[in-house]
Amino acid sequence: MSRTALLVLAGGRFPAGDHAHSGGVEAAVAARAVHDSATLYAFCRGRLHTAGLTAAALAAAAAAGHDPLVLDEAADARTPAPALRATARKLGRQLLRAARAAWPCEALERLARDLPGGAHQPVVLGVAAHAAGLTASDAAHVAAFGHVAGPATAAVRLLGLDPFDATAVLARLCDDVDAVAHQAADAAGRVAGEGAGVLPAASSPLLDITAEQHAAWPMRLFAS
Amino acid sequence: MHLDHTHDGSGAVSADARRPDGTRRALRIGLGGPVGSGKTATVAALCRTLRDRYALAVVTNDIYTREDADFLLREAVLPPERITAVETGACPHTAIRDDISANLEAVEDLEDRLGPLDLILVESGGDNLTATFSKGLVDTQIFVIDVSSGDDIPRKGGPGITTADLLVVNKTDLAPHVGADLTTMASDAARRRGDLPVAFTSLTGDDGVRPVADWVLERLTVWHHGTARPEPATATP
Repeated sequence: MSRTALLVLAGGRFPAGDHAHSGGVEAAVAARAVHDSATLYAFCRGRLHTAGLTAAALAAAAAAGHDPLVLDEAADARTPAPALRATARKLGRQLLRAARAAWPCEALERLARDLPGGAHQPVVLGVAAHAAGLTASDAAHVAAFGHVAGPATAAVRLLGLDPFDATAVLARLCDDVDAVAHQAADAAGRVAGEGAGVLPAASSPLLDITAEQHAAWPMRLFAS
Repeated sequence: MHLDHTHDGSGAVSADARRPDGTRRALRIGLGGPVGSGKTATVAALCRTLRDRYALAVVTNDIYTREDADFLLREAVLPPERITAVETGACPHTAIRDDISANLEAVEDLEDRLGPLDLILVESGGDNLTATFSKGLVDTQIFVIDVSSGDDIPRKGGPGITTADLLVVNKTDLAPHVGADLTTMASDAARRRGDLPVAFTSLTGDDGVRPVADWVLERLTVWHHGTARPEPATATP
C-alpha cells in the first residue's frame, strides 16, 4: 500500500465537493453555539463521536470489501434526517467522480452503475480507499478526520476565526480521531461474522434538527 | 482531460465531449468577473437574444445562494427548470476552478433532465481578477469587467483579464460620467491579451449584448461543426 495515497485522499484539496459544506457549523454559528475556538472544539468533538464514528465505521466496512449496497442501506438507516441523506448522497456522487479519475477500477464503476443517484459518502470513501490500496483503518481515519476538518475550515470562513487557532483545535483532536477510527475499524472487523447491524449507530439529534432547518434557509453560505 | 476522450462506464468524469449515451453534450461557456460588473445582466441578455433559436440553460454560483438565480427567474429569461444554483461555501472561485464537482453535477443534471441542449452558461459568483474557470468545467470563458471600477483594470491584468477567451468591458455608457478612457482600456487590454478578442458593451441600449452574442454564436458554430447534430436543438418554450 502507498502511504502517500492516504495523503492524497485525505488532503483538503482533494476535489470532492467538501469545501461547500460546513458539517452543520453554519447553523451552530447562527445559533451562537459556536463563536470561538473553545466552542468550535466542543462542536467538533461532539460531531466526531456521533456522526463521525458512524461514518468512519461505514467507510471501514466498505474498505474491507463488504457489499456497498448493504452498507448504503445501513447508512440510510443511520441517517434519519432527509436533508443529511441528500447531502450524503450528493457528496458521495462528487467523491465518486474524483475517485474514478484518481484510482479507476471496476469496483468504483460498478458503484456508479448500481447507485446512479449516489451512495452515501462514507460508503464511497471506503470503496475509494480500497481502490487506492488503503486499509479499513485508513478509511476510518479519513472519515473521522473529515468530520472535524470540514467544520473547522468552515468556522474560519464564517467567524473570521484565527486560522492558527482553528488548526490548533484539529491538533488537539488527533487522539480523539485516532480512538474513533480504531473503534470504527474494530466494528467493521465484526461485520463478516455478525452483519452490518454491528456497526455503530451513534447520532446527534441536534445536528439532525439543525440540518433540516439549515436546508430551508433562503440565504446561506454553505450547502449544509 | 482530452475533450474527445470517452469513458466506458456510466456517467462522465470530467469535460468529456460526449454524454453517457454517446450524444455530444452542450457547449459550456463560463462567465466570470468582479462583483457588480454585469455578469448576471449579460447572462440575462444572452438568454433573451438566443433562447428562440437555441436550447439554453444556466448554472449560477451565488455567494449567498440563489441571489443571481432568483434575479434570472424574476426577469423570466428562461423557464425555472432551466436555471440551477450551485452553492459555493464562501469560495466561489474554488467551485469553478479547484473543485468543480458540484458544477459538473449541475451541468450534467440539466442535460439529463431537459434532454439535448445547445448551450449551458455557467456564471461564477462575483470574485476577483484571478478567478478563472477550469477547463474541466467549461469549454470557453468570458471575463466581464466594467468601466466604473476604474479604467486601469485591463492594465492590472490577472488571469481573468489576460487569458479569458473573450474580455467584455461593460457599462460603456457610464464612461463619460466616471472619467473612464475607453481608448486606454482598449489598448491596455490589447497589450495584455495579444490576439484574444475584447467586446465593449452597454446593456442599457437596444441589443447592447450583440457583440457578446455574436461571439457566442461563433463558438456554437465551431462546437456544432464537430457534432452529428449540426442544426440547433429544439428552441426553448
